[in-house]
Amino acid sequence: MTHIFDESGDEIPVTVLEMGPCPVTQIKSVEKDGYEAIQLAFEPFQKKDQRKFKKPQIGHFNKANIKPYCHLREFRVEDGPEKLSVGDVLTVEIFNDVEFVSVTATSKGRGFAGVVKRHGFSGANMTHGAHEQFRHPGSIGMCNFPGRVLPGKKLPGQYGSKKVKTLNLEVVKIFLERNILLVKGATPGPNGSIVTVEQSSRKKKRGKLEPITKKT
Amino acid sequence: MSETAIEYVESKYLKKSVPQFRIGDTVKVHMRVVEGEKERIQIVEGVVISRKHNDLRETFTVRKTSSGIGVERTFPLHSPRVEKVEVMRSGKVRRAKLYFLRKRKGKAARLVERR
Repeated sequence: MTHIFDESGDEIPVTVLEMGPCPVTQIKSVEKDGYEAIQLAFEPFQKKDQRKFKKPQIGHFNKANIKPYCHLREFRVEDGPEKLSVGDVLTVEIFNDVEFVSVTATSKGRGFAGVVKRHGFSGANMTHGAHEQFRHPGSIGMCNFPGRVLPGKKLPGQYGSKKVKTLNLEVVKIFLERNILLVKGATPGPNGSIVTVEQSSRKKKRGKLEPITKKT
Repeated sequence: MSETAIEYVESKYLKKSVPQFRIGDTVKVHMRVVEGEKERIQIVEGVVISRKHNDLRETFTVRKTSSGIGVERTFPLHSPRVEKVEVMRSGKVRRAKLYFLRKRKGKAARLVERR
Protein backbone atom coordinates (compact mmCIF):
# COMPACT_ATOMS: atom_id res chain seq x y z
CA MET A 1 0.00 0.00 0.00
CA THR A 2 0.93 3.60 -0.35
CA HIS A 3 -0.96 6.84 -0.19
CA ILE A 4 -1.69 9.67 -2.57
CA PHE A 5 -2.76 13.25 -1.95
CA ASP A 6 -6.00 14.76 -3.25
CA GLU A 7 -6.47 18.39 -4.31
CA SER A 8 -7.04 19.60 -0.77
CA GLY A 9 -3.91 17.81 0.43
CA ASP A 10 -5.69 15.00 2.23
CA GLU A 11 -3.99 11.65 2.27
CA ILE A 12 -5.85 8.75 0.72
CA PRO A 13 -4.54 5.27 1.54
CA VAL A 14 -4.46 3.21 -1.64
CA THR A 15 -3.46 -0.20 -2.89
CA VAL A 16 -1.80 -0.28 -6.30
CA LEU A 17 -3.23 -2.93 -8.59
CA GLU A 18 -1.66 -3.77 -11.90
CA MET A 19 -4.48 -4.78 -14.21
CA GLY A 20 -3.60 -6.68 -17.31
CA PRO A 21 -3.31 -6.39 -20.21
CA CYS A 22 -5.22 -9.64 -20.21
CA PRO A 23 -5.82 -11.43 -23.50
CA VAL A 24 -8.85 -13.66 -23.84
CA THR A 25 -7.54 -17.18 -24.33
CA GLN A 26 -10.76 -19.12 -24.54
CA ILE A 27 -14.50 -18.59 -24.61
CA LYS A 28 -16.62 -21.32 -23.10
CA SER A 29 -20.14 -21.75 -24.34
CA VAL A 30 -23.21 -23.69 -23.23
CA GLU A 31 -23.15 -25.88 -26.34
CA LYS A 32 -19.54 -26.90 -25.98
CA ASP A 33 -18.76 -26.74 -22.29
CA GLY A 34 -22.14 -26.62 -20.59
CA TYR A 35 -21.66 -23.13 -19.22
CA GLU A 36 -20.63 -19.68 -20.33
CA ALA A 37 -17.34 -18.17 -19.29
CA ILE A 38 -14.28 -16.44 -20.59
CA GLN A 39 -10.71 -17.37 -19.81
CA LEU A 40 -8.19 -14.59 -19.34
CA ALA A 41 -4.41 -14.71 -19.18
CA PHE A 42 -2.18 -12.46 -17.14
CA GLU A 43 1.53 -11.66 -17.00
CA PRO A 44 3.52 -12.79 -20.04
CA PHE A 45 6.07 -15.48 -19.33
CA GLN A 46 9.39 -13.60 -19.60
CA LYS A 47 12.07 -16.25 -19.25
CA LYS A 48 13.56 -17.90 -22.30
CA ASP A 49 13.21 -21.42 -20.97
CA GLN A 50 9.85 -22.57 -22.20
CA ARG A 51 10.16 -25.99 -20.61
CA LYS A 52 7.89 -24.79 -17.85
CA PHE A 53 5.04 -25.34 -20.28
CA LYS A 54 3.90 -28.69 -21.62
CA LYS A 55 3.12 -29.03 -25.30
CA PRO A 56 -0.66 -28.98 -24.85
CA GLN A 57 -0.35 -25.76 -22.86
CA ILE A 58 1.68 -24.11 -25.59
CA GLY A 59 -0.92 -25.30 -28.07
CA HIS A 60 -3.60 -23.65 -25.99
CA PHE A 61 -1.79 -20.31 -26.20
CA ASN A 62 -1.07 -20.78 -29.90
CA LYS A 63 -4.78 -21.18 -30.53
CA ALA A 64 -5.34 -17.72 -29.14
CA ASN A 65 -2.29 -16.56 -31.07
CA ILE A 66 -0.44 -15.24 -28.03
CA LYS A 67 2.77 -15.98 -26.17
CA PRO A 68 2.61 -18.12 -23.04
CA TYR A 69 1.31 -16.36 -19.95
CA CYS A 70 1.95 -17.17 -16.29
CA HIS A 71 -1.61 -17.18 -15.07
CA LEU A 72 -4.93 -18.26 -16.49
CA ARG A 73 -8.25 -17.66 -14.85
CA GLU A 74 -11.84 -18.19 -15.84
CA PHE A 75 -14.63 -15.71 -15.30
CA ARG A 76 -18.38 -15.94 -15.62
CA VAL A 77 -19.57 -12.95 -17.57
CA GLU A 78 -23.24 -12.08 -17.66
CA ASP A 79 -23.41 -9.44 -20.33
CA GLY A 80 -22.58 -11.68 -23.20
CA PRO A 81 -19.27 -13.30 -23.99
CA GLU A 82 -20.36 -12.85 -27.61
CA LYS A 83 -19.00 -9.28 -27.43
CA LEU A 84 -15.55 -10.72 -27.01
CA SER A 85 -13.53 -13.02 -29.17
CA VAL A 86 -10.41 -15.07 -28.52
CA GLY A 87 -7.32 -12.90 -28.73
CA ASP A 88 -9.05 -9.71 -27.58
CA VAL A 89 -7.10 -7.88 -24.91
CA LEU A 90 -8.77 -6.52 -21.81
CA THR A 91 -7.09 -3.67 -20.01
CA VAL A 92 -7.87 -1.48 -17.04
CA GLU A 93 -10.06 0.55 -19.39
CA ILE A 94 -13.07 -1.64 -18.60
CA PHE A 95 -13.07 -0.12 -15.11
CA ASN A 96 -13.17 3.41 -16.45
CA ASP A 97 -16.66 4.34 -15.24
CA VAL A 98 -16.69 1.99 -12.29
CA GLU A 99 -16.95 3.60 -8.88
CA PHE A 100 -16.66 0.61 -6.58
CA VAL A 101 -14.96 -2.75 -6.98
CA SER A 102 -14.67 -5.93 -4.97
CA VAL A 103 -11.33 -7.65 -4.72
CA THR A 104 -10.85 -11.38 -4.22
CA ALA A 105 -7.59 -13.05 -3.29
CA THR A 106 -6.00 -15.66 -1.10
CA SER A 107 -5.36 -14.15 2.31
CA LYS A 108 -1.99 -14.26 4.04
CA GLY A 109 -1.36 -17.70 5.56
CA ARG A 110 -0.79 -17.72 9.28
CA GLY A 111 -0.47 -21.47 9.68
CA PHE A 112 -1.93 -23.32 12.65
CA ALA A 113 -2.91 -20.44 14.89
CA GLY A 114 -4.17 -20.33 18.46
CA VAL A 115 -7.42 -18.78 19.57
CA VAL A 116 -5.91 -15.42 20.50
CA LYS A 117 -4.66 -14.74 16.98
CA ARG A 118 -7.37 -16.64 15.11
CA HIS A 119 -10.51 -15.57 16.95
CA GLY A 120 -9.39 -12.57 18.94
CA PHE A 121 -9.77 -14.17 22.39
CA SER A 122 -8.27 -12.00 25.08
CA GLY A 123 -6.05 -14.63 26.67
CA ALA A 124 -5.33 -14.80 30.37
CA ASN A 125 -3.47 -12.61 32.86
CA MET A 126 0.29 -12.62 32.52
CA THR A 127 0.57 -11.93 36.27
CA HIS A 128 -1.65 -12.18 39.36
CA GLY A 129 -0.58 -15.78 39.94
CA ALA A 130 -1.50 -16.97 36.44
CA HIS A 131 0.35 -20.13 35.56
CA GLU A 132 1.13 -21.67 32.15
CA GLN A 133 -2.25 -20.64 30.74
CA PHE A 134 -1.51 -17.35 29.05
CA ARG A 135 -2.97 -17.85 25.58
CA HIS A 136 -5.23 -20.82 26.15
CA PRO A 137 -8.90 -20.97 25.11
CA GLY A 138 -10.13 -21.75 28.67
CA SER A 139 -13.25 -23.81 29.11
CA ILE A 140 -14.71 -25.11 25.87
CA GLY A 141 -18.12 -26.14 27.12
CA MET A 142 -20.41 -27.47 29.82
CA CYS A 143 -20.34 -30.65 31.94
CA ASN A 144 -22.21 -33.98 31.61
CA PHE A 145 -24.98 -32.21 29.82
CA PRO A 146 -24.57 -31.85 26.86
CA GLY A 147 -21.42 -33.87 27.36
CA ARG A 148 -19.93 -32.80 24.05
CA VAL A 149 -18.38 -29.76 22.43
CA LEU A 150 -20.94 -27.71 20.54
CA PRO A 151 -20.46 -27.53 16.77
CA GLY A 152 -18.79 -24.38 15.54
CA LYS A 153 -16.80 -23.90 18.75
CA LYS A 154 -13.92 -21.51 18.16
CA LEU A 155 -10.73 -23.50 18.57
CA PRO A 156 -7.15 -23.33 17.27
CA GLY A 157 -6.56 -24.37 13.67
CA GLN A 158 -5.49 -23.25 10.20
CA TYR A 159 -5.80 -19.49 9.84
CA GLY A 160 -5.49 -17.54 6.62
CA SER A 161 -4.44 -18.82 3.19
CA LYS A 162 -8.11 -18.80 2.35
CA LYS A 163 -10.13 -17.10 -0.37
CA VAL A 164 -11.24 -13.71 0.89
CA LYS A 165 -13.27 -11.04 -0.83
CA THR A 166 -13.11 -7.40 0.20
CA LEU A 167 -16.32 -5.70 -0.84
CA ASN A 168 -16.99 -2.24 -2.21
CA LEU A 169 -13.59 -0.64 -2.40
CA GLU A 170 -13.63 2.81 -3.91
CA VAL A 171 -11.75 3.28 -7.19
CA VAL A 172 -9.53 6.28 -6.54
CA LYS A 173 -7.62 6.63 -9.77
CA ILE A 174 -6.73 4.85 -12.97
CA PHE A 175 -3.46 5.12 -14.88
CA LEU A 176 -4.32 3.90 -18.36
CA GLU A 177 -0.77 4.11 -19.64
CA ARG A 178 0.49 1.55 -17.14
CA ASN A 179 -2.75 -0.37 -16.56
CA ILE A 180 -2.80 0.61 -12.94
CA LEU A 181 -5.87 0.83 -10.75
CA LEU A 182 -5.78 2.47 -7.33
CA VAL A 183 -8.36 1.34 -4.81
CA LYS A 184 -8.91 2.92 -1.43
CA GLY A 185 -7.82 0.75 1.45
CA ALA A 186 -6.29 -2.69 1.71
CA THR A 187 -6.87 -5.85 -0.28
CA PRO A 188 -6.42 -9.47 0.84
CA GLY A 189 -3.12 -11.27 0.41
CA PRO A 190 0.59 -10.45 0.54
CA ASN A 191 2.35 -7.96 -1.73
CA GLY A 192 2.71 -9.12 -5.29
CA SER A 193 -0.10 -11.63 -5.10
CA ILE A 194 -2.66 -12.30 -7.78
CA VAL A 195 -6.05 -10.82 -7.11
CA THR A 196 -9.34 -10.72 -8.97
CA VAL A 197 -11.26 -7.48 -9.35
CA GLU A 198 -14.92 -7.21 -10.23
CA GLN A 199 -17.37 -4.39 -10.40
CA SER A 200 -18.95 -4.10 -7.00
CA SER A 201 -22.23 -5.96 -6.68
CA ARG A 202 -23.59 -3.14 -4.56
CA LYS A 203 -24.61 -1.53 -7.80
CA LYS A 204 -26.32 -4.78 -8.71
CA LYS A 205 -24.32 -5.06 -11.91
CA ARG A 206 -22.00 -7.96 -12.29
CA GLY A 207 -19.26 -6.57 -14.45
CA LYS A 208 -16.43 -8.22 -16.20
CA LEU A 209 -13.75 -9.55 -14.02
CA GLU A 210 -10.07 -9.34 -14.47
CA PRO A 211 -7.06 -10.94 -12.84
CA ILE A 212 -4.29 -8.70 -11.71
CA THR A 213 -1.26 -8.58 -9.52
CA LYS A 214 -1.09 -6.41 -6.55
CA LYS A 215 1.75 -4.53 -5.05
CA THR A 216 1.35 -2.69 -1.85
CA MET B 1 9.85 -3.63 -16.12
CA SER B 2 12.51 -1.82 -14.20
CA GLU B 3 10.12 0.43 -12.33
CA THR B 4 7.45 -1.32 -10.30
CA ALA B 5 3.84 -0.25 -10.42
CA ILE B 6 4.01 1.25 -6.97
CA GLU B 7 7.12 3.27 -7.79
CA TYR B 8 5.37 4.58 -10.88
CA VAL B 9 2.35 5.77 -8.89
CA GLU B 10 4.49 7.34 -6.18
CA SER B 11 6.67 9.16 -8.69
CA LYS B 12 3.58 11.08 -9.78
CA TYR B 13 3.10 12.52 -6.31
CA LEU B 14 6.65 13.15 -5.14
CA LYS B 15 7.62 16.76 -4.55
CA LYS B 16 9.97 18.16 -7.15
CA SER B 17 12.06 19.97 -4.60
CA VAL B 18 12.18 18.32 -1.23
CA PRO B 19 12.85 20.63 1.74
CA GLN B 20 16.39 20.19 3.03
CA PHE B 21 16.79 19.71 6.76
CA ARG B 22 18.41 17.28 9.18
CA ILE B 23 17.64 15.56 12.43
CA GLY B 24 18.21 17.93 15.33
CA ASP B 25 17.48 21.05 13.29
CA THR B 26 15.17 23.62 14.75
CA VAL B 27 12.73 24.34 11.95
CA LYS B 28 9.69 26.38 11.09
CA VAL B 29 7.16 24.33 9.15
CA HIS B 30 4.89 26.45 7.01
CA MET B 31 1.58 24.64 6.74
CA ARG B 32 -1.37 25.52 4.60
CA VAL B 33 -4.56 25.48 6.66
CA VAL B 34 -8.01 25.86 5.19
CA GLU B 35 -10.53 27.46 7.51
CA GLY B 36 -13.93 27.60 5.96
CA GLU B 37 -13.19 29.34 2.70
CA LYS B 38 -10.04 31.11 3.70
CA GLU B 39 -6.61 29.64 3.39
CA ARG B 40 -3.75 30.76 5.55
CA ILE B 41 -0.28 29.65 6.50
CA GLN B 42 0.28 28.25 9.95
CA ILE B 43 3.79 27.99 11.30
CA VAL B 44 4.86 25.15 13.54
CA GLU B 45 8.24 25.56 15.16
CA GLY B 46 10.34 22.93 16.90
CA VAL B 47 13.16 20.40 16.75
CA VAL B 48 13.08 17.64 14.15
CA ILE B 49 13.33 14.48 16.22
CA SER B 50 12.71 11.83 13.59
CA ARG B 51 12.43 11.19 9.90
CA LYS B 52 10.88 8.00 8.60
CA HIS B 53 12.12 7.45 5.08
CA ASN B 54 9.72 5.62 2.82
CA ASP B 55 9.63 7.33 -0.58
CA LEU B 56 6.29 9.09 -0.88
CA ARG B 57 5.28 8.02 2.60
CA GLU B 58 8.21 9.77 4.28
CA THR B 59 7.26 11.64 7.45
CA PHE B 60 9.08 13.83 9.93
CA THR B 61 8.27 14.71 13.52
CA VAL B 62 8.71 18.14 15.06
CA ARG B 63 8.81 18.54 18.82
CA LYS B 64 8.63 21.61 20.97
CA THR B 65 7.92 22.36 24.58
CA SER B 66 5.05 24.74 24.88
CA SER B 67 4.47 26.22 28.34
CA GLY B 68 5.91 23.15 30.02
CA ILE B 69 4.06 20.62 27.91
CA GLY B 70 5.77 18.69 25.15
CA VAL B 71 4.01 18.95 21.78
CA GLU B 72 4.89 16.76 18.83
CA ARG B 73 3.54 16.89 15.36
CA THR B 74 4.20 14.52 12.46
CA PHE B 75 4.05 15.72 8.87
CA PRO B 76 4.06 13.77 5.62
CA LEU B 77 7.06 15.28 3.86
CA HIS B 78 5.48 15.16 0.41
CA SER B 79 2.10 16.52 1.44
CA PRO B 80 1.07 19.59 -0.55
CA ARG B 81 -0.01 21.10 2.75
CA VAL B 82 3.60 21.34 3.90
CA GLU B 83 4.48 24.50 2.04
CA LYS B 84 8.04 24.97 3.18
CA VAL B 85 10.45 23.99 5.93
CA GLU B 86 12.75 26.73 7.17
CA VAL B 87 15.85 25.77 9.11
CA MET B 88 16.44 28.19 11.98
CA ARG B 89 19.35 26.46 13.67
CA SER B 90 21.13 23.13 13.36
CA GLY B 91 21.78 20.90 16.33
CA LYS B 92 24.76 18.61 16.79
CA VAL B 93 23.37 15.12 17.22
CA ARG B 94 24.80 11.62 17.08
CA ARG B 95 21.69 9.58 16.41
CA ALA B 96 18.90 9.40 13.86
CA LYS B 97 15.97 9.47 16.24
CA LEU B 98 15.99 11.94 19.12
CA TYR B 99 13.37 10.23 21.22
CA PHE B 100 15.54 10.74 24.32
CA LEU B 101 14.47 14.40 24.26
CA ARG B 102 11.04 13.32 25.40
CA LYS B 103 12.35 12.45 28.82
CA ARG B 104 14.32 15.67 29.21
CA LYS B 105 13.09 18.98 30.46
CA GLY B 106 14.39 22.53 30.44
CA LYS B 107 18.12 22.97 30.05
CA ALA B 108 18.77 19.25 29.59
CA ALA B 109 16.65 19.24 26.44
CA ARG B 110 18.94 21.63 24.60
CA LEU B 111 21.13 20.59 21.68
CA VAL B 112 24.60 21.93 20.94
CA GLU B 113 24.67 23.96 17.75
CA ARG B 114 26.43 22.45 14.76
CA ARG B 115 28.71 24.62 12.70
